Amino acid sequence: MKKIKIGDLEKIREKARRTSSLRQNKARARITVHMGTCGIAAGARKILTALLDEVGQNNLDDVIVTTSGCAGLCSREPMATVEIEDEPPVKYVDLTNEKIKEILNEHIIKGNIVKEYALAIGSERTH
Amino acid sequence: MEDLSLHILDIVENSINAGATKIEIMLAEDINQNILTLKIKDNGKGMDKETVKKALDPFYTTKTVRRIGLGLSMLAQAAKEAEGNMDIKSKKGKGTTIIAKFVHNHIDRKPFGNMAETIINLIATKGLDIDIIYKHCKNENCFIFDSIEIKKELQDIAINNPEVLSFLKKEIEKGLKEIRKEGG
Repeated sequence: MKKIKIGDLEKIREKARRTSSLRQNKARARITVHMGTCGIAAGARKILTALLDEVGQNNLDDVIVTTSGCAGLCSREPMATVEIEDEPPVKYVDLTNEKIKEILNEHIIKGNIVKEYALAIGSERTH
Repeated sequence: MEDLSLHILDIVENSINAGATKIEIMLAEDINQNILTLKIKDNGKGMDKETVKKALDPFYTTKTVRRIGLGLSMLAQAAKEAEGNMDIKSKKGKGTTIIAKFVHNHIDRKPFGNMAETIINLIATKGLDIDIIYKHCKNENCFIFDSIEIKKELQDIAINNPEVLSFLKKEIEKGLKEIRKEGG
């Protein structure tokens, strides 16, 4: 039976301890990728992977990336909802890897809603 | 769905929505018998007999946002297309187990797809709240990923830490490659 080696995990644990905080910072923003059957079939997993890579690379430890189910608009998947503290949530539709990266940079980091890709601003549901 | 790893992600999302905190995914490739078995077992809220019966009906769903639920019926169809079948075992309050069987070398058996991506995406987004045990065997050769054990070793470092995630992803890819090679 092959397992992940404990020795290697120890090394990575020490590395993680040195390079990043413990992710206990208060979250400033949350991005929810909709992962219902429809979202997954439309490519939501690769959107999530691109998003996680980008968040990791930019060390955005105050940004929570999460998933939820179908938002009821299957034909516009992949979709994601961006919530920033004290601001109304924004739902983005018909996503691609490039679009989600742009949304992360423009909306989450710089604070400008990418209206071009947004479906609705102020919709309260994330699931 | 293009491959099994996407079906698995979809079914596990069901488990999470059913309140599961521990999800076991097992893929067993029995080359001699030419059978591939996929088993997904969760400790979610489970279903009563009536609901289990309805679960395979595409026009049944517990969701409120739309009236159609395709996840389980699509996996059942994928199994059927590869001359296999799917079975749901569930107990209210205990959890649900989905077992899908496929003829391993059937031309219409969907490929595995990227299991590492499926597991890592689940760990990255839900790993603090749930545990995933993923076991993949080809004949006697098995690889196991157990987030409970990993969390113990990580001590105070969160399992969704980017350094940890990229390490785990590589390890899953490496582990799966090794069992495939040895299995012949």
